[in-house]
Amino acid sequence: MGYEKRFDGRGVEELRQMEAKVGVVKNADGSAMFKIGKTTAIAAVYGPRDLYPKFLQNPQTGILRVDYNMLPFSGHGERVRPGGSRRSKEISMVMANALLPVLDLKEWPNAVVDVFVDLPQTDAGTRCAALCAASMALADAGLLMKDMVTAIAIGKVEDKIVVDLNYEEDSYEHGSDIAIAMLPGTGKITLLQMDGQITPEDLKEVFAKAETACKKILEVQKTALKEKFKKPEGIA
Amino acid sequence: MTQIAKETLLASFNAGIHLDGRKLTEYRKLTITTNVSRSAEGSARVLLGDTDIIVGVKLALEKPYPDTPEKGNLMVNAELRPLSNPRFEVGPPGDEAVEIARVVDRGVREGEAIDARALCVKPGELVWSVMIDICTINAAGGLIDASGIGALTALINAKYPEHTEAVVHYEKRTTKSLPLAHQPLPVTVFKIGEHFLVDPLPEEEEHVDARLTIALTEKNHISALQKGGSAPLSKEDIYKMAEIAVKASQELRKQILREK
Repeated sequence: MGYEKRFDGRGVEELRQMEAKVGVVKNADGSAMFKIGKTTAIAAVYGPRDLYPKFLQNPQTGILRVDYNMLPFSGHGERVRPGGSRRSKEISMVMANALLPVLDLKEWPNAVVDVFVDLPQTDAGTRCAALCAASMALADAGLLMKDMVTAIAIGKVEDKIVVDLNYEEDSYEHGSDIAIAMLPGTGKITLLQMDGQITPEDLKEVFAKAETACKKILEVQKTALKEKFKKPEGIA
Repeated sequence: MTQIAKETLLASFNAGIHLDGRKLTEYRKLTITTNVSRSAEGSARVLLGDTDIIVGVKLALEKPYPDTPEKGNLMVNAELRPLSNPRFEVGPPGDEAVEIARVVDRGVREGEAIDARALCVKPGELVWSVMIDICTINAAGGLIDASGIGALTALINAKYPEHTEAVVHYEKRTTKSLPLAHQPLPVTVFKIGEHFLVDPLPEEEEHVDARLTIALTEKNHISALQKGGSAPLSKEDIYKMAEIAVKASQELRKQILREK
């Protein structure tokens, strides 16, 4: 039996509706909201700022810290206990690795750039939405960036490789869920994780579909960034 | 944050206004939105000036506490998220977060916002637990009052999920609201010099001598009290602060019930 029609009626390559806004946390040096379907991520950047305790400092370069956090009421079922988990620790770590390649923190020895991402509601694809928001927040903070970071979850449900899994597809038995972060400028991949099983041949299709999806995401990110930095009306 | 000399502040207060031109007993612009998290059974976002908080209500079926076998459980937690202020750090809740959670908890619990007996499914065996989580998105003062507003609004907004015996079907939400009884709201009155005011700006809050949080129900019954700050208060101070809190809570409640 093939997967003929997606649970929510979307086409195989169709992303859920996206929404993005830059500058959503006034106290932060940079911030952004990225929403895809019912998954919402709010990211805030603080820094470069002093890093304490001092032994964590690196005199060669500034460092990047990422904290990914699902708010207690954002889970699909029961309340998520606050205070972090093995899952959130791992996601924070792979997110830092996904974002670091676009930054150059050599000019900020001993300093830290903190990226905090909180999710008030989720429907799969949380680390990808978190990365999309974080990338916009870093740009909003005015940090030098070589590229944006875009991310999407691709999966195999029965015989079909589908883009932007929702919760039903993500938790589908014998399905697979692949999180991919891609730098749209070069097509390089900075995050890759999978649950489930696919064939090596499938990978080609997965990356091709990810590339198309990431281009769409980049447009949404760009529009949101331009919206914040557009000239006020009436100024030539 | 901008540092303001106390003299500047007192000059403004002597003229009867906050630094942003509000009357001393007037709140900043308050905007309340509900259903901001589809994952929660109830939710509200409160914008109070630059402060932005999200409150979510989750429900679960649990065993009641042995001393209250016919009552549901209530839990209030506050997270001062590190994304919301450069002062806040990753880690377990600090003093400030614990105080906010406990003061809001007392207001809601003792003010009987929910009829705890109506949360009982099977005495001694199964009751609904109501878990309120307060999360700051941008913390810029007025956190206790904004949290109290968010908690009450999210409770009003909440709908039960379906359940079979002890199993909750979170994906299926009913249209049934929680058994709401009263509408307690905390109002924090601050004392700076000889002046009394509500909702200070973060730069005004730096100079607070003492504060008193008074939670009040719609019948003007006091359901929680919490004194903060190191300066002592006279009985006369407290009566005056209660008077301010009664008026302010009535105004706030009107707005919540209008926008729920």
